[in-house]
Amino acid sequence: MPNTTDLQVHLAKLYAIWLREFKVFLREKSRLVASTFTPILWLFVIGSGIGSTVSVPSAPDLDYQKFIFPGIISMSIIFTSVFYGSYIIWDRKFDFLKSVMVAPVSRGTVFVGKTLGGMTNSLIQASILLVIGASIGISFNPVFILQAVAVILLLSFGLTSLGLALGSYMYSLEGFQMIVSFVVFPLFFLSGALFPLDNLPAWLSVLTAIDPATYGVNALRTTILDIESNNLAADLAILTAYTAALGIFGVYSFRRMKAV
Amino acid sequence: MIKIRNLVKRYERLTAVDNLTLDIEENEIFGLLGSNGAGKTTTIHMLATLLKPTSGTATVNGFDIVHQPAKVRESIGIVFQAPSSDDMLTGYENLYIHSLLYSLPRSIRQKRIEEVLELVGLSDRKNDRVKTYSGGMRRRLEIARGLLHKPKVMFLDEPTLGLDPASRETMWKYIRRLVEEEKITVILTTHYMEEADMLCNRIGVIDKGRIIALDTPTNLKAGLGGDIIRIKTQASNAEEIAKGFDFVHKLEYENGFMVLSVKDAKRDLPVLLKQIEAEYADFTSPTLNDVFIRLTGRNIKEAPEGGFSERFAKYD
Repeated sequence: MPNTTDLQVHLAKLYAIWLREFKVFLREKSRLVASTFTPILWLFVIGSGIGSTVSVPSAPDLDYQKFIFPGIISMSIIFTSVFYGSYIIWDRKFDFLKSVMVAPVSRGTVFVGKTLGGMTNSLIQASILLVIGASIGISFNPVFILQAVAVILLLSFGLTSLGLALGSYMYSLEGFQMIVSFVVFPLFFLSGALFPLDNLPAWLSVLTAIDPATYGVNALRTTILDIESNNLAADLAILTAYTAALGIFGVYSFRRMKAV
Repeated sequence: MIKIRNLVKRYERLTAVDNLTLDIEENEIFGLLGSNGAGKTTTIHMLATLLKPTSGTATVNGFDIVHQPAKVRESIGIVFQAPSSDDMLTGYENLYIHSLLYSLPRSIRQKRIEEVLELVGLSDRKNDRVKTYSGGMRRRLEIARGLLHKPKVMFLDEPTLGLDPASRETMWKYIRRLVEEEKITVILTTHYMEEADMLCNRIGVIDKGRIIALDTPTNLKAGLGGDIIRIKTQASNAEEIAKGFDFVHKLEYENGFMVLSVKDAKRDLPVLLKQIEAEYADFTSPTLNDVFIRLTGRNIKEAPEGGFSERFAKYD
């Protein structure tokens, strides 16, 4: 067991990494505005547009806009977390990361500090969306909110880890585009954020089952919309397993990443 | 302070550092001088534990760079070629975050930050965001950051790359000051001859990963055989008089000038002019550039590298 001073020193380093991420986040207002605007656009334009012609068979009394609301929150988490993680490519281009790596700080600490930064970003954005949810008639109670926050943090931790891990293997900014096309959009589209998963063709069912975000969307849908049919415990268990695995993959990738 | 023994870094098709052996003394400014791609930065990266050597070893402040990286990191500060401060944060915030990363005790944190800011002349700009800094200020902030934890050794990788002449001289002033005030050993890489000459106590000329010359700037230049004096004269006995001095090594004629190789023109020229009635006289001393050309057969390239980080480096 490390003694208190060791722990304090360690936590101070973790805090330092997180503090940098948080301050940058607060100051890059245009990024916050832009990445909050996109989900709002989806919620209102796609939600109302598609919602005017379709209904959800498994929950006929639920309108489509409300149905995709938890999906849109997940979307915001997917985009924020993976983008945030893969931003490590930029950090490496601009030597900032080198200055951290040459400090007496373990790679694991840098990784966790950055992940906490990603989780903070996701939570702030998701909170804004939750507030907006009130305007489309979503009702909240404290238990739902606590559950939702837990799911948001869990999903965000896993996906930020994934972004950091993938970013750590990439040496050019073109890699960022690859991550957008082959990771971010599939994670989003396959998660069932925009459609129910009940009657999908077999091939699509398999893909949605593989997508870790699916379980986040499902869990959020259960907590926020209070749909009884979904199995929250199972979703949370699978999501936790995915998140742990992605976290381990992330730390491993980060440790083997070349500093220069 | 630094002992490098047979250090090698080999990439698939290239040997970046080739069997380097070198000792760097305490409290000196040591310059690694070489053209781009000579292996300067690779050497620094290995000494700073960012890159593992293929073979060979080195110790920094008595700690092995491969087996005791954490101890080495606590002993060193480093300023990279490309900007590595966060431009969204203020100068003070950058230093504060690094004071946490280096575990500065809370009681001295504030005082030390103010101290290093003062040392690099940025106290009055500490609460401005780094993106409003000039290139020279930004690099000075990074020096301050490197000094926070009172390291024994400071690495400066091309500290004046991309700076205008005025900022460059300011930078030299601060580098000298930190050696005096912080009692620190500085290893800098440069491909600017003038910089190596003005700033360094000793210079290692590095080419294709090998040290090909190692000495003080004065000795390196003296090794080329001294100064060249040119005299224009009608006196018929000039040649005879000149040959009579034993400080004259060589005498030739070129474009109507008598050209003499001497050891130290500043002392020898007045002596000559007392005896020889001259219409015109001048002299040139060898520069480090002449040394470099002699050693490598090439002129050092003054152009900065065309890499990504240089193009995006926002240093002026």
